Amino acid sequence: MSTIYILWLRQLKRYSRSRARMIGSLGQPLLFLFALGFGFAPIYEKAGGGDYIQFIAPGVIGMSILFTAVLSGIEIIWERQFGFLKETMVAPVPRMHIMLGRTLGGATVAFIQGFVVFLITFLAGFRPESMLMVPLAFPFMFLIALLFTALGTGIACLLQDFQGFHLFMNFLVMPLFFLSGALFPLEGLPRPIAIMASLDPLSYGVDALRITLSGVGHFGLPVDITVLSLVTALFLGIGSYLFSRIQV
Amino acid sequence: MQPSTPPIIDVRDLTKQFGSLTAVDHVSFSVAPGEIFAFLGPNGAGKTTTIKMLTTLLRPTSGEIRINGHDPLHEQDAVRRSFGIVFQDPSLDDELTAWENLELHGVLYGVPKALRRKRMDELLTIVGLTDRKDDLVRVFSGGMRRRLEIARGLLHHPLILFLDEPTLGLDPQTRNHLWSYVTDLNAKEGITVFLTTHYMEEADRIAQRIAVIDHGKIIALDSSEALKQKTGTQTLEEAFLSLTGSAIRDEDAGAIDQLRMHSKLWRKR
Ligand SMILES: Nc1ncnc2c1ncn2[C@@H]1O[C@H](COP(=O)(O)OP(=O)(O)O)[C@@H](O)[C@H]1O
Ligand SMILES: [Mg+2]
Repeated sequence: MSTIYILWLRQLKRYSRSRARMIGSLGQPLLFLFALGFGFAPIYEKAGGGDYIQFIAPGVIGMSILFTAVLSGIEIIWERQFGFLKETMVAPVPRMHIMLGRTLGGATVAFIQGFVVFLITFLAGFRPESMLMVPLAFPFMFLIALLFTALGTGIACLLQDFQGFHLFMNFLVMPLFFLSGALFPLEGLPRPIAIMASLDPLSYGVDALRITLSGVGHFGLPVDITVLSLVTALFLGIGSYLFSRIQV
Repeated sequence: MQPSTPPIIDVRDLTKQFGSLTAVDHVSFSVAPGEIFAFLGPNGAGKTTTIKMLTTLLRPTSGEIRINGHDPLHEQDAVRRSFGIVFQDPSLDDELTAWENLELHGVLYGVPKALRRKRMDELLTIVGLTDRKDDLVRVFSGGMRRRLEIARGLLHHPLILFLDEPTLGLDPQTRNHLWSYVTDLNAKEGITVFLTTHYMEEADRIAQRIAVIDHGKIIALDSSEALKQKTGTQTLEEAFLSLTGSAIRDEDAGAIDQLRMHSKLWRKR
């Protein structure tokens, strides 16, 4: 337990000390929120979709959690290069605890980031459909954070250097974002896109946020929570296994 | 070495291959409890690779290892509880303070809080970092980092202390400090010390027995005196030359080490 706690705490300390990173990672969601949010609003409304900010805000929250989570998982590559990983790898504690501690820490950071973006959406004019439903969004935000931190961790265990990192970002993380329905509705999509969206775990996360925050959805909360929990458990399992196999 | 006590480190035919390169080639040796044992060899000889296999970081290609009676492949936790290590390459968290780095280590090794705090204070004094303990490691110089790593390696009072080129990049005064602390600890607490170095005079002065290693093979293993006697030479330097047929190139070491560090950071593996 103390292993998990101290490594969780480490992630939080690192986050709170890198103001630049914290603020920098708000740039992207802000851009999406204001540029896309206001840019597409007229078209979206003309097409009969209603208020685009109401639609896109949960997507942007999901996006910021996705990126923060993946990046904190993938930090292991840096730690391998700059050496700290060795220190934890020779410690007489189960590697699964190490992996859990840092993954929970990374997920907490991503959750906080998501929460900050949630607050910012108000500035863009977003108003939750029902204040009663808002607390229900938080567990989903944490679940999304945990899922993608575990994914980042697992991938980082397979990569030896920075080259692989760019492949991973461009060919996995960006598609995960764009196919998730964060920016467009999942209704009436061409079949191949619809299939890909339904294979993307972020789709279920964004769907859950949209149901709880904006009152509209596609899959429904029971489906969302089932898929998210199962995939999170799977990624945590695979991540732990890969982490336990790391050689430095 | 007393043959009656079972060795605390026992290695038989240890081999590690990276592709076609044999980094460690059928190495066998044992270290008695309380001994100070050195691996002496040039860069690339296979010293670090051997230490990584002894400390559960790398899986051997073949061979047998026992650390305090345990097998690093199958009893990792028991092995990991037996040793402390100062790695050749940096291994601190730059975004934490010196104190936090020690605290994290103490918690990982299950050192109870009161004892942990007491030792952290002691060790910080010994390595001369007490007044810098709340600074982020990021702002530390190379020497300060090294000293902190040494303090950290000692925090849980291990049975065995692995020191992989611990004095690399330290000034002579800190070097002396370090070695007197280590030999002290060895005498007082009976900690076994396994060190690697490519500095002749260090091996000569500190180690009770020296394994001369080159191209992954142990060429000779004995006390410094016996090595000189066997080769009929006056200094360990000459003995080394006579054993390996080449100088260790101490004076180039600094530059080579820097190049290695550099290429390591960017190497595709
Ligand atoms: N992960 C690795 N992959 C490939 N080659 C390696 C790896 N680690 C070490 N080597 C090679 O193994 C040899 C021994 O290296 P090392 O054990 O670091 O030597 P030393 O510590 O004695 O300087 C060197 O030729 C080095 O390049
Ligand atoms: Mg080395």
